[in-house]
Amino acid sequence: MTTTQPSDHTTELGIPALRSGVELVPTTDEPQTGKDFTSDQEVRWCPGCGDYAVLKAVQGFLPDLGLRRENIVFVSGIGCSSRFPYYLDTFGMHSIHGRAPAIATGLATAREDLSVWVVTGDGDALSIGGNHLIHALRRNVNMTILLFNNRIYGLTKGQYSPTSEAGKITKSTPMGSLDHPFNPVSLALGAEGTFVARTVDSDRKHLTSVLAAAAAHRGTSLVEIYQNCPIFNDGAFDAIKSGDTKADAIIPLVHGEPIRFGADGAKGLIRDTETGGVKVALVADVGEDAILVHDAHNPDPTMAFAISRLTANDYLHQAPIGIFRQVDRPTYDDQARGQVATAKSAVSGEPTERLAALIGGGDTWTAV
Amino acid sequence: MSKQVKQLDRVIIRFAGDSGDGMQLTGDRFTQESASFGNDLATLPNFPAEIRAPQGTIPGVSSFQVHFADHDILTPGDAPDVLVSMNPAALKANLSDLPKGATIIVDTHDFTARNLAKAGYAANPLEDDSLAEFAVHPVDLTGMTVEAVKEFGLSRKDAARAKNMFALGLLSWMYGRPTESTIAFLERRFAKVEAIRDANITAFKAGWNFGETTEAFAVSYEIKPAPVSAGTYRNITGNLALAYGLVAAGVQSGLPLFLGTYPITPASDILHELSKHKAFGVTTFQAEDEIAGIGAALGASFGGALGVTSTSGPGVALKSETIGLAVMTELPLLIVNVQRGGPSTGLPTKTEQADLLQAMFGRNGEAPVPIVAPQSPGDCFDAAVEAARIAVTYRTPVMLLSDGYLANGSEPWRIPEVADLPVIDPAFATARNHTVEQTAKDGTVTEVEEFWPYLRDEETLARPWAVPGTAGLEHRIGGLEKADGHGNISYDPANHDLMVRTRQAKVDRIADSLPPLEVDDPSGRAKVLVLGWGSTYGPIGAGVRRVRKAGYDVAQVHLRHLNPFPKDLGEILSRYEKVLVPEMNLGQLSMLVRAKYLVDAVGYNDVRGLPLKAADLAAAIGELVAQVEGAPVDLSGSEPDSPADKHAKAIR
Repeated sequence: MTTTQPSDHTTELGIPALRSGVELVPTTDEPQTGKDFTSDQEVRWCPGCGDYAVLKAVQGFLPDLGLRRENIVFVSGIGCSSRFPYYLDTFGMHSIHGRAPAIATGLATAREDLSVWVVTGDGDALSIGGNHLIHALRRNVNMTILLFNNRIYGLTKGQYSPTSEAGKITKSTPMGSLDHPFNPVSLALGAEGTFVARTVDSDRKHLTSVLAAAAAHRGTSLVEIYQNCPIFNDGAFDAIKSGDTKADAIIPLVHGEPIRFGADGAKGLIRDTETGGVKVALVADVGEDAILVHDAHNPDPTMAFAISRLTANDYLHQAPIGIFRQVDRPTYDDQARGQVATAKSAVSGEPTERLAALIGGGDTWTAV
Repeated sequence: MSKQVKQLDRVIIRFAGDSGDGMQLTGDRFTQESASFGNDLATLPNFPAEIRAPQGTIPGVSSFQVHFADHDILTPGDAPDVLVSMNPAALKANLSDLPKGATIIVDTHDFTARNLAKAGYAANPLEDDSLAEFAVHPVDLTGMTVEAVKEFGLSRKDAARAKNMFALGLLSWMYGRPTESTIAFLERRFAKVEAIRDANITAFKAGWNFGETTEAFAVSYEIKPAPVSAGTYRNITGNLALAYGLVAAGVQSGLPLFLGTYPITPASDILHELSKHKAFGVTTFQAEDEIAGIGAALGASFGGALGVTSTSGPGVALKSETIGLAVMTELPLLIVNVQRGGPSTGLPTKTEQADLLQAMFGRNGEAPVPIVAPQSPGDCFDAAVEAARIAVTYRTPVMLLSDGYLANGSEPWRIPEVADLPVIDPAFATARNHTVEQTAKDGTVTEVEEFWPYLRDEETLARPWAVPGTAGLEHRIGGLEKADGHGNISYDPANHDLMVRTRQAKVDRIADSLPPLEVDDPSGRAKVLVLGWGSTYGPIGAGVRRVRKAGYDVAQVHLRHLNPFPKDLGEILSRYEKVLVPEMNLGQLSMLVRAKYLVDAVGYNDVRGLPLKAADLAAAIGELVAQVEGAPVDLSGSEPDSPADKHAKAIR
């Protein structure tokens, strides 16, 4: 039930490229390396921060796009991860708290020839900037949003975040936090995001694959990156990182493949006829044919949402990882530029002549 | 039957009815007819914030006042000579504004017991002597309209809705207005529904014919065209002129215009208008909120567009943080604030000037923002172009302070020649601008070209505007303090002090590009100066004229630039013994000039959600003139129909 054109550009995630997110961005034949994308600024995250791994992955991956460096823009908000643009030798704006998707929307709409990236965190994107995030997703503006989720406020030194598990003891919640956490993937799917994925800072190969698919997607791509904060929330993602537990904790999503996990793929996802959702079952109990085959291109986001609900919202002992959804939908910015182009093609004459006609229109009279 | 025709030099008419009665349209059509006839005019629409307030009640009354004359006038007028009242509530709500002897044309159809009660009338004012001091014309406008349009087979309700056109026809006859443009308008407006179109045109003509034939109206009036300087004119509202000014700024700068905005009264018409002009490369983005509106505009500016956001005071409050970011990143950005009554939601459809200090100081940190204010509806065009000039030339956010009166009010506007408009040069950075020496390990020194985003133009102190896509100029900007020159993050105390002073100095430098102020002091002997800004230009000018007409000297200066002030303002203020500052706030410009020039400015402050009244201002000016002359001032001869002391306020 795929809705997309087959293509020879596929990744290990099983995602064929649709209209490319960078198809209007000028390319270069000059060979590029990660060093070309590294600015002269000293990186100032805490030792051991997951942000280093993501920065390295992005610097390593950008040359693969083959785009002219000056046509790439990173826009960020406020938070530890939002220092990201300073470390990349592209155009960049380190803006204000929560507003990066709004600023990027204007930039991406004004300029079709740019590859626009937003770097944000769980507080920036889901707390103060939640409104802009959901509206960027529903509009489907051509940009890639990297949402670094460390489930804590780092830059303000350790308060709970909107993705922290309920009951979390922090500086601002000595008796435990009371808020029910957001699941960023569920939220993005609820906003009908056209590309919604999740990856992990420490799995460079998976991270790079998801970034490649996100950049190739035309529209708003949301990539949630689980990212460890060694200072204020160390070990939050240990279950999906450590060798003994990760086979049972990670539910890998690959388009077109049965969703199986656990040692030797003993577990799989099946439909839950009682709730209408999805649940985990032993393949031995239900049989291979009952196991769901992942379809990221399903135009209906219901199944992707059901899968996203399998993310643990307390300690992260279980999480689907991969591309939940990738569907083609016209982008806001392409259509906005299309309307301008249509209007322009319907007129002729110099702009100054047309301006004179505009302001001299309506009911006029002449005094001599 | 030949009727008497009387000459008048000016008339103020107020159309008033229920919010659903089409009074704004009626007033607007009468205005267009008067404009094309060649009268000078000024208008004042006044309507409730509710789209359909409870029918027949006082809060639901909507009105439109038009002042037209055979000479140049400055205001929509203090008190109507004629009130057209479509129901009891409209009569009750407006009666106190009428001077003795005023004409009242009233639709008697709705003067039922129920509607009288809704308006709070215990007895029918048409049947007692409570209106004895006015010239009352009770006419069953609705009944005659329904009768006139019955051939079109409309429901009674739809037929009655054409009563505003009947009233317009009657008034058009009374004042000899040309009717062609209204008939053409109705043909366009209702082109899709033939019966409604024909009913409205028929009602309009029936109203005219009624005036022509009935004995109830024995006199019609003639107000000759006003002599004006040569040129082509049109009638224009402030919001339309402002939108045209923004389109012009895009054309004159060669930049695509990007409006990021969120609907808000009374600014939304700017969005509506600009959304029609995509052929000029205009993009309009209706954002999810005020913050996203300005954020997107700033993002577009970063990308090399002319970013604009339009709003009113509550929206500016939400945009403050992004304005600060624009100050810090030094990108061109226009913030249009069509001021309305505040604080908070305040009076959404009424006018006020109480956001000046918000524009000036409403941000954290030392965040100077240039401020430009138009003085009349037509002037909104030039003010928008000027604000864009400053924003682009100096790489700065600029606040354009219009208000609800300018936005919805209208006046004849001499259409400018495009060739006379200023050309705005974006002067994008195209090459690296700084050379550094790099020493290799072996000691050899090479010169390397770099791009420093915070190196400045010596004259303007503007930084380079280097847009993405320009090879070799990759750089990062943001809200953190930047080091002078290379623009990397800097927490250095001395650098911060330097950058704070530099950002202020850049805004101060704008004053170098401003022409000298125009001081209107015809005799050169005035000791009292009236200093104003924004939409009070008209009422102040009218008040000043009355004082002069009574034989006294007074000077007037009106500010377009509120930040920075023009360089000669201090010297001008020092020439006068008394400075009066009339404002629709509690003294915001007063506070600024007192602080900056140590001048003992006297405030005249009125915050009723309506334009200042010329008569009140004349009285206030007269009082100051009396103080400096040490003798009483008598203004009674200057405007006999409008006693100058009627609404005089204590001078604060």
